[in-house]
Amino acid sequence: MKSVSRIMAIVKKEVRQLRRDRLTFGMVVGLPVIQMLLFGYAINTDVRNLRTAVADQAGTHLARQFIAELGQTQVVDIVEFVATPEDLEKLMRRGRISIGVVVPADFDRRANDRSRPAVQLLVDGSDPTILGVANQLRSMQIGFDSGKAAQQSVGPIEVRPYYNPERRTPVNIIPGLMGVILTMTMILFTAVAIVRERERGNLELLINTPVSSTELMVGKVIPYIVIGMLQLALILGVGRALFDVPVRGSIVDLYLAATAFVAANLSLGLLISTAAKTQFQAMQMMVFILLPSILLSGFMFPFDGMPEFAQYIGEVLPTTHFIRLTRGIMLREAPLSELTPDLAYLVGFSLVAMTAAAMRFTKRLD
Amino acid sequence: MNPGFAIEARGLSKHFGALRAVSELDLNVPRGQIYGFLGPNGSGKSTTIRMLCGLLTPTHGNASVLDTEIPGDARSLKPKIGYMTQKFSLFGDMTVWENLQFIAEIYSFPVAKRAARIEELLGKYDLVDQATQLAGTMSGGQKQRLALACAVLHHPDLLLLDEPTSAVDPQSRRDFWANLFRLAGAGTTILVSTHYMDEAERCHRLAILDHGVKVADGTPQELQGATGMHVVEVVAGDPYAAQAAIHGLDEVASVTQLGVRLRVLIPDRYDEPVRIVERAIAAAGMTAKVTVTSATLEDVFVAVTMKSPGNSQ
Repeated sequence: MKSVSRIMAIVKKEVRQLRRDRLTFGMVVGLPVIQMLLFGYAINTDVRNLRTAVADQAGTHLARQFIAELGQTQVVDIVEFVATPEDLEKLMRRGRISIGVVVPADFDRRANDRSRPAVQLLVDGSDPTILGVANQLRSMQIGFDSGKAAQQSVGPIEVRPYYNPERRTPVNIIPGLMGVILTMTMILFTAVAIVRERERGNLELLINTPVSSTELMVGKVIPYIVIGMLQLALILGVGRALFDVPVRGSIVDLYLAATAFVAANLSLGLLISTAAKTQFQAMQMMVFILLPSILLSGFMFPFDGMPEFAQYIGEVLPTTHFIRLTRGIMLREAPLSELTPDLAYLVGFSLVAMTAAAMRFTKRLD
Repeated sequence: MNPGFAIEARGLSKHFGALRAVSELDLNVPRGQIYGFLGPNGSGKSTTIRMLCGLLTPTHGNASVLDTEIPGDARSLKPKIGYMTQKFSLFGDMTVWENLQFIAEIYSFPVAKRAARIEELLGKYDLVDQATQLAGTMSGGQKQRLALACAVLHHPDLLLLDEPTSAVDPQSRRDFWANLFRLAGAGTTILVSTHYMDEAERCHRLAILDHGVKVADGTPQELQGATGMHVVEVVAGDPYAAQAAIHGLDEVASVTQLGVRLRVLIPDRYDEPVRIVERAIAAAGMTAKVTVTSATLEDVFVAVTMKSPGNSQ
């Protein structure tokens, strides 16, 4: 009984302090909204409108028709016409264009010949994404009857995009961004939680009261779990309103997964807090977790494409497992029961980190 | 353990690497008294207090605090002691009332009596007008009264105060000590560290610490009567020149200037201390009024810290 009332005393104190800390309070609301706007609108992996220049050395009717059709694909945005391929190279070197189209003088003959390519695309291959998009253009048909030919030609392999047929990037980004935002705010809040009290001298007072290490840790974590849930609601709301990101699976499953994930991050933050001597050190340690959580969790790049070594690091991070859970529940309508390994990892991680934090935090100064 | 003592320490020591912060400290603090720790910064006062409330583990030696053995499980001790840290350690971003409320909750003070107890403390410690003020925005004296109010809220048997008056003005110090006497009168044992002589003089008993070693203990009167020194006061026209004339003498242990006066300590194995000083002054071609006087606590402090190994100048 006394233990519960002591935990509540800590919770109450944290909430009171949090309410007066405008910056932290702003972070709770501001950080998710700003990040969602930035990532949601800025990141688009379905690339369109690449800046393109054309060197039309044929000048025939067929060549002009081809160039017009090229523009209609919307993959390229033709910004300039030049005389020679050398001019294209110059423009690309200056960064003015990503793609150069060379239409040779004997374009008409080549178009009918088919044994040799009719057109050459010069592509800025330093960005693999652009190269990938340029490769899409290879399937274009060339000739006077190109419209009809396109309808008739059927490739040997059919691709059916599941879960995100419109290829909208936010649908993929937002569930992942949820993991990144929660990682950022949750670890940050708790990483400084104990260190700040040590720096301000409050800790010496606290450890002289009857409150135990575990009570102190639990009391500090509870308010932030609530904040984590509020942030989740905020992200889902903004995601739905602005980017039409669906929650196809169960919302209860999503909140259960998020609770486990928030607990894992808070425990990790507390562990940092017991290791760091100053708030600045805690921040530095946080960067070591935050960067891999953004880059290696499958948020930015497909997990399967990463080298094995990076995948091992990714598997350790709670964010990786949470992103798998959110994408599963929100996009693939998967029930939590089919995603147990990731959920189990998050629960296990929380328990281990929390125990380690409580053990490291002794009610002593030496 | 003697039931008359709130604290008994035997050979209590704390080393930080090569630094011997506290060495072989023996201590007997009677119940219901104000016991002072007098010593300069770095003399081991804070370290000792932290060991006594279980914050630091002694390197060796042990203590019995309110019948709880140190080192050991200090948890049962926490509800019985009140501790006031040297640096203000309450929450600056909470109001006075919220801080008191938090302390009441964390010590599981009976819910029904909480509000009344907080009102009582606000009145007693002159904080009624500050009840809704953020603690961090208060003056040094107000912060100190709040810290004391929080330390005594749960009616502890033992109060440990680590340099409680180092950041407050003289009037606040007087009021603070009035509060301490009232608490001691009600039966609370108080251990208070200080580097102010006038505060040390108010204690029932005190121990003088220097470089982690207890160099003297007793009542202020006992200590003043047992310095082992003659105290000679010299009033000279040019005290600086007089000091130069006396300082080099083999018989003189120390010379301290207080305005136009000099206080000269001469070990009591030498007879006729006045003549020793007068001769030296005369030899330097000066005249001065030389008298023997009684030792103050400051003289005691100078006399005992001179003997300790750390001060072998």
